[in-house]
Amino acid sequence: MQTIDMATTPLRELNAALQAQAQQTNQTQWVIENPRGAHAVAVGLDAPIEVTVKGSTGYYLGGMNKQASVHVTGSTGPGVAENMMSGTVVIEGDASQYAGATGHGGLLVIKGNASSRCGISMKGIDIVVHGNVGHMSAFMAQSGNLVVCGDAGDALGDSLYEARLFVRGSVKSLGADCIEKEMRPEHLEILRDLLARAGADAKPEEFKRYGSARKLYNFHVDHAGAY
Amino acid sequence: MCGIVGLFLKKDDLRPQLGDMLTDMLITMTDRGPDSAGIAIYGDEAGPLKMTVQSDAPAVDFAGLDVALAGILEAPVTMKVIDTHAVLSLPEGGEAAARSFLDARGIRIMGAGTSMEIFKEIGLPKDVAARFGIRGMGGSHGIGHTRMATESAVTTMGAHPFSTSADQCLVHNGSLSNHNQMRRRLTEKGFAPKTQNDTEVAACYISSRLAEGVNLGEALEGTLEDLDGFFTFVVGTRNGFGVVRDPIACKPAVMAETEDYVAFGSEYRAFAKLPGIDAARVWEPEPATVYFWER
Repeated sequence: MQTIDMATTPLRELNAALQAQAQQTNQTQWVIENPRGAHAVAVGLDAPIEVTVKGSTGYYLGGMNKQASVHVTGSTGPGVAENMMSGTVVIEGDASQYAGATGHGGLLVIKGNASSRCGISMKGIDIVVHGNVGHMSAFMAQSGNLVVCGDAGDALGDSLYEARLFVRGSVKSLGADCIEKEMRPEHLEILRDLLARAGADAKPEEFKRYGSARKLYNFHVDHAGAY
Repeated sequence: MCGIVGLFLKKDDLRPQLGDMLTDMLITMTDRGPDSAGIAIYGDEAGPLKMTVQSDAPAVDFAGLDVALAGILEAPVTMKVIDTHAVLSLPEGGEAAARSFLDARGIRIMGAGTSMEIFKEIGLPKDVAARFGIRGMGGSHGIGHTRMATESAVTTMGAHPFSTSADQCLVHNGSLSNHNQMRRRLTEKGFAPKTQNDTEVAACYISSRLAEGVNLGEALEGTLEDLDGFFTFVVGTRNGFGVVRDPIACKPAVMAETEDYVAFGSEYRAFAKLPGIDAARVWEPEPATVYFWER
């Protein structure tokens, strides 16, 4: 196991060491100590390594992640796992604004609450939030799954494309073109798998599914009021 | 961007360290804004009226200022000069006469009150804090700001915190879009901003509402109705500390609370050195929601 202490190692050196790991590295276990809210910790990783960050981080933890499993014991700042391609990012605490934004793949698990704009413009990433999400979550989400075990804030799924949204608790309001949809067996199956992988203690049957009404795909004068 | 911090102590033990803690928090936020920095600090004791003033030529402007002012007010005036600032202690009821005297001499008034002192200048937080010896100051609560100038010039008067009424001050991250209209309205009400800075409009707004008799929480609620734009405001009053974010809440904000204090920062890393932070309740203030504490 490799341990890097951010109290003594500069951020660039830390990220360079993690980014230098090859596909078949023997150094698969990394521990990062004393992040103390630092930005851009463990970004741009592209190897099947496991990174544990002990503490809380600032902006963009795990951004652009590919293959790696990043585990944060504290909370994270804005833009966690932004543009993730594959791999896993797990946060024990809370996440700030726009968690998982524009993610193309992989799994982001937030065991606390996520703030506003969680999953904004998501493009294939799966996000499971054990707690609540803030306003404008999944805004313009295009593909992937957002699972919220708690409640969702205002304007959930505004201007949504094809992403699936599952919420167990209340939804303060739905955004433009976002509607509740029927929960079919295939959705329960997707949800069961995601909840299991995220370690969430919830049953798929407790959730409601939301998705796009697809009225805003092309301009139609009858829908002008919804734009 | 701008970086803001605030610290409100719930217990007395940490009072001697207030300036030190606030300085560390503000220095950590330096890369959110390099243009100017400032701190408002609520001192240990509420005594006579204090007025914090500033001059670009302190050696000239502050020489004999206390004696001249004492002559005008016909009562003793004490003066403590700290770099470009001076803290004047005035007799009760002397504020209005002192203001017109200082204005006539071209000396800038940073703020006034029985408890609050304000120190702000162009430059980085570490330099500003060192020049004014902020680390050595104790008190009950305080707010600080490091500025990235967007709406008005980089000047001492354009630095935050803004104080527009006794013992009130405000720092802001964001920019207001209806500040010109509000400036006209506030001027009509007798709360005219002195600068072109949008944040001063918000400070005047809070002062005008408090003068109408509402409490700090209600004044902060009013900003959600009457001010348009992006904002996270942190405000101080003689015995209070409040936070509000606009309904979109783009500007970052984190709060932490322990048995000893309530802390505000633009980013979590501002809290990293605070005692007991690992066990603190840390949360993001909700949009369009007022948080305030009073002692």
